[in-house]
Amino acid sequence: MSKRPEGFKPVAYILFAAAMMTVMVLCICAGSVNIPVKDTFTAIWNTVFDLPMPEDIPWSIIILVRLPRVLCVALAGGALSLCGGAMQGLLRNPLADGYTLGVSSGAALGAVIAIAFGIYVPGFALAGTMAMAMLFAFLSLVFILSITYRLDCSLSTNTIILMGVIFTMFANSIMSLIVVFAGERIRSIMFWTMGSFAGSNYVNAIVVFAALLVFGTAILLYSRELNAFAIGEDNARHVGVNVRKVKLVVLISVSALISVCVSISGTVGFVGLVIPHMVRMLAGPNHKRLLPASLFSGAVFLMLADLLGRTMLKPLEIPIGVVTSFIGSVVFVYIFYSSRKAK
Amino acid sequence: MLEVKNLTVSFGSHTVVNNVSFSLGEKQWLMIVGPNGAGKSTIVNAISQGVPYRGSVYFSGKDLAGLKPSELARKVGVLSQRRFVSYSFTVEEVVRLGRYAYSSSIFSGRSDDDEAKIEEALEVTGMKPFRGKSVLTLSGGELQRTFLAQVFAQDPRLLILDEPMNHLDLVYQKQMLELIRRWVGENGRAVISVMHDLNHAWAYGTDALLLDKGRVVAWGKTADVLTNENLQSVYSMDVYDWMRSLLSRWSR
Repeated sequence: MSKRPEGFKPVAYILFAAAMMTVMVLCICAGSVNIPVKDTFTAIWNTVFDLPMPEDIPWSIIILVRLPRVLCVALAGGALSLCGGAMQGLLRNPLADGYTLGVSSGAALGAVIAIAFGIYVPGFALAGTMAMAMLFAFLSLVFILSITYRLDCSLSTNTIILMGVIFTMFANSIMSLIVVFAGERIRSIMFWTMGSFAGSNYVNAIVVFAALLVFGTAILLYSRELNAFAIGEDNARHVGVNVRKVKLVVLISVSALISVCVSISGTVGFVGLVIPHMVRMLAGPNHKRLLPASLFSGAVFLMLADLLGRTMLKPLEIPIGVVTSFIGSVVFVYIFYSSRKAK
Repeated sequence: MLEVKNLTVSFGSHTVVNNVSFSLGEKQWLMIVGPNGAGKSTIVNAISQGVPYRGSVYFSGKDLAGLKPSELARKVGVLSQRRFVSYSFTVEEVVRLGRYAYSSSIFSGRSDDDEAKIEEALEVTGMKPFRGKSVLTLSGGELQRTFLAQVFAQDPRLLILDEPMNHLDLVYQKQMLELIRRWVGENGRAVISVMHDLNHAWAYGTDALLLDKGRVVAWGKTADVLTNENLQSVYSMDVYDWMRSLLSRWSR
């Protein structure tokens, strides 16, 4: 009788964490200026324990620029992949993800509106932007899904992707309009449509971490229910899953996580599509493995994509969305092609 | 066991099921028959709480509408015809989900009872050799048997089958029907199935419910329901005559 647990063993998590830390160190050391690993450790160590800093170490680059940036990138990468994995299970659609469904653009539109019309919470500038992003992300998700459902109640891949693309164009056009009129108050449209982690700080990192702790945990706790959804929503209902509750919690969590990421980095596309797909090929479709593995791989992937964007044409920086979209669209075509062929 | 009273289902202004009442005792297999659009699937959908309805559905004295999803799943299991899988779950993972309704919380591990039920379900459906295989590689019949194993593992009191024989070849049809007949032979179990094939309904059903345009034409023991008179009024043709002429080919 097989008593093999469906999830990973603890040792696998240690390996994941080790791989993530290694990449993190690499990404802090490499860049427009390369810093030796030893100096990086010294800088972090001495800062944490409030020790005097040696003169020759570029302290501010490590502690004020790279470390917060890499943390933000890793957290956002993990969050976006987790969301992609959850959505692909919930909608039983391997091409679903915040970006392809138009949720990211919805969130970005919300954020842009908040900044342009000065909607903010006193004392915490980011909160108003994030709240609006969340609201718009959730509304766009509900809007897209309900329209798709009306057109085609099986929520088939084609219809849902088409709606997502159209919605993205729509949101982007309004966003461009607002950006043109709002002038200097808003970061360039490039930031919102292509994404960037330049200017990340510790507050951003803490916010994403907190969101991941709350909403990421909610999603992870529903692994089993997502398995049932991935087999079929009717089947999920028949085996006793509270379909409506799970759907609502997962959709809210996904919208919230995506919005928080979009608020700090703009829309970084295709991470949530590529990573869960690759993980599924390696670890299988069971969400007890798929979701945690996506979380870690997403962090690693986005850190490397950001590193590539920073270093490939240095000192010029390529927007991170360019890197991920380049890789992502190729994978997208591959998934689409192979899923068509399988039918 | 099952008590359905004045069941009415409407989609907008269109009434699909109109004031249907029937009941079902243990060890009984009710065949719901009737032409396309008679409301057969809608009735079983309503019983499994998949569509809103008026009227009442009681099971062992409990109103099914008031149950939590997991409580409902312990009483009523469903095997439907439409099967389409997107991801390469293994047969065992699919069957294991049948035990979902019995896990009280996410932290509770697997009970020995769960394991035993899963093994038994894989065994009787003959899916044990396939347990580690991806469901994407299965044939239609194997896939249907996987979901049959899932619903067996779910161990419901009432099993609902919505045209379970569709797209299955003869061998699988026979296997499936025999398996379900054996399943319903135990105490405290009953089956309702939507059937197109009147021969299957005759051979395996203990009871039958004949429907036309959402209304009950006849309900009772199979032999009393599937009379030529009843069938003729529903199908507007001499069903007995046609069935006989089909079967006469085999007696040569």
